[in-house]
Amino acid sequence: MTVIEARALSKAFTVSVKKGRFRRERRQTAAVDGVDLRIDRGETVGYIGPNGAGKSTTLKMMTGVLMPSGGEVTVCGLVPVKQRIRLALRIGVVFGQRSQLWWDLPLRESFALLRHIYRVPTADHAARLLRCRAMLELDEFLDTPVRQLSLGQRMRGELTAALLHGPEVLFLDEPTIGLDVVSKQAVRAFLTELGAAGDTTVMLTTHDLADIERLCRRLVIIDHGRVVHDGTLEALHARYNSRRRVVVDLDEPPPAPLTLTGATLDATELDGRRLTFGLTTGTAADVVVQVARSAAVRDISVLEPDIEDVIAKLYKNT
Amino acid sequence: MGLFNATARTMPQQKLVGQITTFWVIAASGFRRYSTYRQATVAGTFTNTVFGFLRCYLFLAVAGGAVAGGYTPGQLVTYVWVAQGLLAVVLLWGTPELADRIRTGEVTADLLRPVHPVTSMLAADLGRAWHAVLTRCVPPVLAGLIFFHPYLPARWHTVPLFALSVLFAIVITFCCRFLVNAIAYWLLDVRGPLMLWTLGAGVLSGLLFPLRFLPDAVLLPLWLLTPMPSLFQAPLDVLVERDATPVQFGIVGLQACWLVVMLLLCRLVQRRAERHLVIQGG
Ligand SMILES: Nc1ncnc2c1ncn2[C@@H]1O[C@H](COP(=O)(O)OP(=O)(O)OP(=O)(O)O)[C@@H](O)[C@H]1O
Ligand SMILES: [Mg+2]
Repeated sequence: MTVIEARALSKAFTVSVKKGRFRRERRQTAAVDGVDLRIDRGETVGYIGPNGAGKSTTLKMMTGVLMPSGGEVTVCGLVPVKQRIRLALRIGVVFGQRSQLWWDLPLRESFALLRHIYRVPTADHAARLLRCRAMLELDEFLDTPVRQLSLGQRMRGELTAALLHGPEVLFLDEPTIGLDVVSKQAVRAFLTELGAAGDTTVMLTTHDLADIERLCRRLVIIDHGRVVHDGTLEALHARYNSRRRVVVDLDEPPPAPLTLTGATLDATELDGRRLTFGLTTGTAADVVVQVARSAAVRDISVLEPDIEDVIAKLYKNT
Repeated sequence: MGLFNATARTMPQQKLVGQITTFWVIAASGFRRYSTYRQATVAGTFTNTVFGFLRCYLFLAVAGGAVAGGYTPGQLVTYVWVAQGLLAVVLLWGTPELADRIRTGEVTADLLRPVHPVTSMLAADLGRAWHAVLTRCVPPVLAGLIFFHPYLPARWHTVPLFALSVLFAIVITFCCRFLVNAIAYWLLDVRGPLMLWTLGAGVLSGLLFPLRFLPDAVLLPLWLLTPMPSLFQAPLDVLVERDATPVQFGIVGLQACWLVVMLLLCRLVQRRAERHLVIQGG
């Protein structure tokens, strides 16, 4: 069942640029430029791209706070801006950079308020809150006014607030921004569990690629407002030919240059005592066996294809 | 974690009951929010009381013991002190909070909730006003009672009618402030319009002096074509029984009309704004 559907979705901002002393010129910038997207129920999609690619703009249009300037979008079968209030009942949103909680009220009261605003049955609300308190460790600061929370504490509060009404779709714009390692892990574990339950659709924007690796089977990458990749991480690696690599440390540099079958020599370091091979058809074991024939191997390590590398390649190419 | 599963069940109660509960709960949150600012409340009340003395002596000196603008000295005393008490309730000069939220893009949070923004802001403002009634109203009114000889209403219906009139004034003032702030949807910088409102509101609403001091040629269009006299002049005239009973009721009726017009206007403006709204910031 399709939950989010965008067809040629576009947003052009009009900005006026100073030209000379008095003249101002109005110019259009295409923040989102013809995005086509179908997301099914229960999918967790990583929506990534370089700064200014149009990710936040897309999410704003999908959540109904920004009017598209072209194309169409439906979320849960509703047209976001037009049916925003009905849609709001069915989605949860976290925009990492801004708060949706009540600045002057303690978290506990904010959550209680949300129960009434979303008209959530008391038992459901209590059960969900209990779960969030445990998973995201909220108890320590549940009675602190939001303005006194640290960024990471607030973010955990925001995530809870977005979930208490049991949304069908969760839009997360940089939910792990500024979190420490432990908080990040808590948030990831929580989202993993949510994804595993299988019926909440999650659309996640982040610059932390570890989030993506952990959470998203599907990756939609946009640049300059256009989708440049839509598929799994593996597909992306295949497309850019990223390979596993084997790093071999030797006691002495090999007497003659090595040529192996099934792997290529990508780098030579430490005066020839550290060699990095990229695997083409062979396995890591093949490499080790072949190297050991001509030199004494001291240590080996195998590197998985690096998500950062492949994504950097993609960003540069577009 | 089927717990979070996505059925978005809402309470099986009637829609209207749910809406009233929601409104009530948001109003209560507005009340609590202001009750966290204790020092500001004390400072504000003190200032209002001090200015009450200044204004009261000034009016009494100008009137010189005679009837001025149709008010007896006692009625003027009541007018001034209750105006001071209402200053924080019928809030003409609040902080431009909404305009700031629009400018920074924080208004997103209001738009992402399943309640009409005008409705939820109004509810929160009524909570704020109720807090002001309980805290900021009493000291100036007491000061007037203790140190002067105010006119006390004689007709049995005056006090309930006054309460209704104040409620209308609160809502209409909310609408006015909302509209001035909402200019930020189009201009981002609302300092100009805000300044105009700050000056205009004090003078034309009857807060600074009773509008009855003005000639009828100015007064009538002001009452009929603008909501301004509905903000202070109306409740205060009702309270001091400046006019005969039918006129008292007429004043509140006129307020009711303005209330409806202004609320509709707010919703219209909000709808237009949302169609063209640009949320600021990433
Ligand atoms: N209110 C606005 N007015 C004019 N241009 C805007 C506005 N908001 C965004 N833009 C432009 O639209 C483009 C996309 O912005 P957007 O915030 O969607 O990027 P993003 O992908 O979320 O980037 P980031 O990773 O930095 O958060 C940018 O070039 C930005 O300059
Ligand atoms: Mg962004």
